[in-house]
Amino acid sequence: MPLPAREHLDGPVETTDPLDPVEAQTPEELVAQWEAEAPPQAGPVANLAASLVVLALGIGGIVLAVGLGIGTASSPGPGTWPLAVSVLVTVLALAQAVIGRHGGQGGEKFTRYSWITLIGFLTLVAMVVLIPLIGFEIPALLLCLVWMRFLGGEGWRSTIVYSLLIVAAFYAIFIAALGTSIPHLI
Amino acid sequence: MEFLQPVLDGFGVVLEPTNLLYCLLGVTIGMLIGVLPGLGPAATIAILLPLTYGVEPVTAIIMLAGIFYGAQYGGTITSVLLRLPGEASAVVTVFDGYQLAKQGKAGTALGIAAIGSFVGGTVAIIGLTFLAPLVAGFALDFGPPEYAALALLGILLVATISNGPKVKALIAAAVGLLLATVGRDAFTGAERFTFGNLSLADGIDFVPVAMGLFGVGEILYNLEERHRAAKAPTSVKNVWPSRQDLRTSAPAIGRGSVLGFFLGILPGGGATIASLAGYAVEKKVAKDPSRFGKGAVEGVAGPETANNAAATSSFIPLLTLGIPANATMAIIFGALLIQGVTPGPELINAHPDLFWGVVNSMYIGNILLLIMAIPLIGVFVRILRVRAAILAPITALITLLGAYTIRNSMFDVLLVVVFGAVGYLMKKFGFEPGPLVLAFVLGALLESSLRRSLLVLDGNLLGMMGRPISATLVILFVAVAVFPLIKSLLDRRTHHAVVDEALRSGPAPHAASGTPSDTHTKENA
Repeated sequence: MPLPAREHLDGPVETTDPLDPVEAQTPEELVAQWEAEAPPQAGPVANLAASLVVLALGIGGIVLAVGLGIGTASSPGPGTWPLAVSVLVTVLALAQAVIGRHGGQGGEKFTRYSWITLIGFLTLVAMVVLIPLIGFEIPALLLCLVWMRFLGGEGWRSTIVYSLLIVAAFYAIFIAALGTSIPHLI
Repeated sequence: MEFLQPVLDGFGVVLEPTNLLYCLLGVTIGMLIGVLPGLGPAATIAILLPLTYGVEPVTAIIMLAGIFYGAQYGGTITSVLLRLPGEASAVVTVFDGYQLAKQGKAGTALGIAAIGSFVGGTVAIIGLTFLAPLVAGFALDFGPPEYAALALLGILLVATISNGPKVKALIAAAVGLLLATVGRDAFTGAERFTFGNLSLADGIDFVPVAMGLFGVGEILYNLEERHRAAKAPTSVKNVWPSRQDLRTSAPAIGRGSVLGFFLGILPGGGATIASLAGYAVEKKVAKDPSRFGKGAVEGVAGPETANNAAATSSFIPLLTLGIPANATMAIIFGALLIQGVTPGPELINAHPDLFWGVVNSMYIGNILLLIMAIPLIGVFVRILRVRAAILAPITALITLLGAYTIRNSMFDVLLVVVFGAVGYLMKKFGFEPGPLVLAFVLGALLESSLRRSLLVLDGNLLGMMGRPISATLVILFVAVAVFPLIKSLLDRRTHHAVVDEALRSGPAPHAASGTPSDTHTKENA
């Protein structure tokens, strides 16, 4: 835990922080520190994968647009504009595949913390599936429990207390006060 | 003067109790999320879109606008006290603001930032008041070719000026345009890309897309990001800036206002670029640049004024031309569409109460921010101690349940979750979500403008060059598109020249980073 600052009425304030023994002194050093702490870039494989996904989207768009009927310049059909945009997407995807073949195109690598995001996403999907079946209270409670305890590292007591408080608050606001028609059990 | 009458009527609109309340709510929420790391103004506005359904358009936009410029204030607080920028536009404030705090002058830094923000915002509003009717009047002559060119230019500017790889931003924009085509074709009634799904027949609804991409996407991303351990903030005594500080900052505030105002109008510009430029300008014109980074008040006054001015002036293209200047404006564009109001040059005349109500609410909002900024700091700092692990499920639930209340449809919630995953993946792979939302929102307008242009010009789009306004816009479009290519070619030639020179003159100097263009950018940052 970082030590709190000593309070003065005026004059310099000391902040002793064992996590940051050598503080960056200048803006350049600070920017360099931030860059060093930033997550690593995504890399050429990710670039290729993303470009291929976009390429598939573009080609799919072209095929479907032609199927809709492209008409002519003076009398455009429903597929004209989608065709133009899909061609643009395809060309850009190819360009990006070439430009980013050595990496350095932003993005971030997936880390072991990315699993946390995946689990979080799955809980959201579970909410979508469960709410129409059993109302929002139980899925919301489960989401809070999972997010605070397993994804957030909170202790069991604070997790349970906060989760119950949060679900109660949402019930009070969305159901009791605003009278929305979110499926609910109680 | 009779042209001021609608302006004065606008104050009548703002001073209605509901609108005042929503203004206060907006700026408070804005300041709060500016302080909290994780959610930005775009994400918050997206998440709160369901709130706008039950109120008048004026009231809704007053609140959303308040969130936007309020967040610029909030981001400063953590920059100064914690050396952690709460918002991208507050990054440069860290350099001198935190140093001032270490010298026991946190109140000075925050006070100067608040005053500068207020002045910057007010100057921008005054500029808006006089400039907007001019632009709108000029734009009434716009026909479909002009709109098409303007929309294309706006999308291109946002995609190329935003940070990150340019082609990826363009891809995001193009995909946004493609998503906008889903649904029924307005001209022929044909169903496009719906795959037989009834829910898609009317097109993908904008609100779930925005809530998913920005709201859930940010939430999922924040789950992964390891937050730096929050240092205990330096104590803040209620020390106002001294008269000397005010005198030193006054020119910086003046420069920041003007700079921010113009940078905000430019699509793709905005608060972040304005703050960077403000810092660079102050450093350049200072008599003693070495003071910067050690607690120079101008280093706080300049950027803070500029970012608030830019945040306010970025409303101009939206309210006068119907072209959003950045992602947040695109979301507000969508919010107006939900309310049945189509932003464009006719907005001033068709809905003067809306236009002037929103503009005048910014005066009130800025005053509220100035009053609240210093006293609420203690509260916000305490809120910062609430752990992210507790805030995260709260924001997730607000988003999901809020999405349901739009149309009492679980499909909307599903869309939010799906686009949340898309937003997260986009971030991981380096694609900016802003251009996608912007293009999505403008897609229908762009297509109908282009098709109408084809009708007007008899199938020959080159006819656009024959009309003065659209010709200018097309030339600008080409210039903006081609400029980065030329620049990278020139940079490579300069790089080769410098490397040759260095090789000829002896051992290379110990350089921290590679090309001369990199160090050039860093100095100006």
